[in-house]
Amino acid sequence: MSMARREFLQMLAVAAGSGFALDSARALAANPVNGLYDLPKFGNNVTLMHFTDCHAQLLPIYFREPDVNLGMNDSRGKPPHLVGEALLKHFKISPGSHTAHAFTYLDFEKAARTYGKVGGFAHLAALVKRVRAQRPGALLLDGGDSWQGSATALWSNAQDMVDASKLLGVDIMTGHWEFTYGADRVKEIVTKDFAGKIEFLAQNIRTTDFGDPVFKSYVIREINGVPVAIIGQAFPYTPIANPRYKVADWTFGIQEESLQKTVNEAVAKGAQAVILLSHNGMDVDLKLASRVTGIDAILGGHTHDAIPDPVPVKNSAGTTLVTNAGSNGKFLAVLDLDVRGGAVKGFQYRLMPVFANLLDADKDMAALISRMRAPYEEKLAEKLAVSEGLLYRRGNFNGTFDQLILDALMEVKGAEIAFSPGFRWGTTILPNQTITMENVMDQTAITYPNVTVTDMTGETIKTILEDVCDNLFNPDPYYQQGGDMVRIGGMQYSCDPRQRIGRRISNMTLKGKPIEAGKAYKLASWAPVAEGATGEPVWDVVTTYLRDKKVIRPPKLNRPTLLGVKGNPGIA
Amino acid sequence: MNVLRRSFLKLSAGAGALTAATAAGLVTSGQAWAATWNKSAFESKAVADTLKSLGASNLIDSKDIVITAPDIAENGAVVPIAVTSKIPNTQSISILAEKNPFPLAASFDITSGGEGYVSTRVKMGQTSNVRAIVKADGKFYTAVKEIKITVGGCG
Repeated sequence: MSMARREFLQMLAVAAGSGFALDSARALAANPVNGLYDLPKFGNNVTLMHFTDCHAQLLPIYFREPDVNLGMNDSRGKPPHLVGEALLKHFKISPGSHTAHAFTYLDFEKAARTYGKVGGFAHLAALVKRVRAQRPGALLLDGGDSWQGSATALWSNAQDMVDASKLLGVDIMTGHWEFTYGADRVKEIVTKDFAGKIEFLAQNIRTTDFGDPVFKSYVIREINGVPVAIIGQAFPYTPIANPRYKVADWTFGIQEESLQKTVNEAVAKGAQAVILLSHNGMDVDLKLASRVTGIDAILGGHTHDAIPDPVPVKNSAGTTLVTNAGSNGKFLAVLDLDVRGGAVKGFQYRLMPVFANLLDADKDMAALISRMRAPYEEKLAEKLAVSEGLLYRRGNFNGTFDQLILDALMEVKGAEIAFSPGFRWGTTILPNQTITMENVMDQTAITYPNVTVTDMTGETIKTILEDVCDNLFNPDPYYQQGGDMVRIGGMQYSCDPRQRIGRRISNMTLKGKPIEAGKAYKLASWAPVAEGATGEPVWDVVTTYLRDKKVIRPPKLNRPTLLGVKGNPGIA
Repeated sequence: MNVLRRSFLKLSAGAGALTAATAAGLVTSGQAWAATWNKSAFESKAVADTLKSLGASNLIDSKDIVITAPDIAENGAVVPIAVTSKIPNTQSISILAEKNPFPLAASFDITSGGEGYVSTRVKMGQTSNVRAIVKADGKFYTAVKEIKITVGGCG
């Protein structure tokens, strides 16, 4: 055992013995916070900044990382499938520190009150400027999911995020939720707002009729004299996970062959480093890195995994670094590359948490945000109820905010069972915080928000659960879509992620009685992907419930009984 | 370029140009292929019967056959599937969606010297292995890819 490792373990033991030292003054004093944002010198010439999945969070927020992020089979116990203490141990992060709070759910409420909110575009902009000062010529890449996730993004038809992204100085982006505004709106923004400012890249989107590219696949940019290719990879399963009718004339997919051709073409044109700006999700990127050659680094998103260090993946021609940069504006990644003799010789990577208390707000960005919010401020600030407990979403099976949505769906709609999608975005509310309209929209702001109530047979419920569960736990990452399990209210079940599709879900019961295959159950759900679905927006159902309750007791989390996950470092 | 091509096709459809194309020999008419239609293969409900009707009793796994298709279908009603055969003297390429009620979806005869590449769209009701069968020099070669059909939602 190395000295560093032994010391680290001793440190862990001390921390465990004393409890996490989270007293505000002491904790802040003990952390030389300036060091958090000062980049170590590196014999480099190429720097890329990367953020992803900010989900339209322009203001600082709380965001609790998951306590369940299971990896099965080959991915068991490996990044990104580590949570809490297992994650700290793997990446040698001191418990109780700023960094530990940023990357884990541990002692969340106390740590959040100590270290304050994270993200926000004004603070992110300040950090981007700070990095640019240290790394002149650095490019800023946005991995997508920037235009969706807040009330103001939805109500302004993405305009607030488009303007904020331009002011932030994003150079290149790709997308996923962007497409839920419809193909026409995306094209309008890319050809008008972004013209000459932001490149929107996607090598894996083509027209369904002739297979023509819809966007540019890649660009080559000179960074301090070094030609660097950046290739865009949009979320491959957009027309499946989101409504296909929004992008009816476009086809997506992973498109490995086309990607390999693109990489080869970029290298042939003189690129000395090749970067994939990816919205595949980390598990898909890890597999892709083992099969497609010639990519130096995949800057990844979609699965919202905040992974401190890149994972090096070997393939037949070399090694590709795979990263994932978290979500909700919490992090800014900085990748330094040492490019010499026409090839990448070394790298340095930092995934920096954006602590609003440690960074001054950029004045111009703050002003833009105020201007954008002004028409909506009153509506956003409406107080709906007070939450007694911690409300969060992220996690493989359920979150307390989802439970609140499920409870609202069942009560307001008189349903026996409720489904809520396994989205990974959605901010966190601390105990005794007032739930505002803005908070509700942070969990629900989508362009297909309808609530549907159907009579569904037990057999169909089982089929849906198996289907969604396979999207999460299929042993082949290329069959995973990167969302979490559908959240379920009313009904209990057991789940064995080790099994194949059709055999993972069992023991389905409602109020203690087994679910019957042929019996119909009244089921409420939201976010239908089929065209023509009607029903009131889910935020109306949730606000009705909140106004009625006024005080929300900590929701009783309905999670399935999990089989075969004992000792898995992906579950707390 | 592609915008023009698309407008041209829309115009063509309106003007009945498809008939003209058929007359000019650009599109094959019904009678041309009726003679070689393998009725029993297309009407077989079990994969084993389909293979028997195709005469493909001994299948050899081949890495020279590449199936290009989505891992997860965007629309089960029209799943794009392309098959490339690099096996010399490829005579025919057949595509089976094994769990379809009638597994044989398409069978293409390739004229001598023709490129072993075909592309089509197949309707699939459920997740299934899709099998390509290539006949070359009288022998039958095969490759398989699973295509997942999912209910969708939950991003």
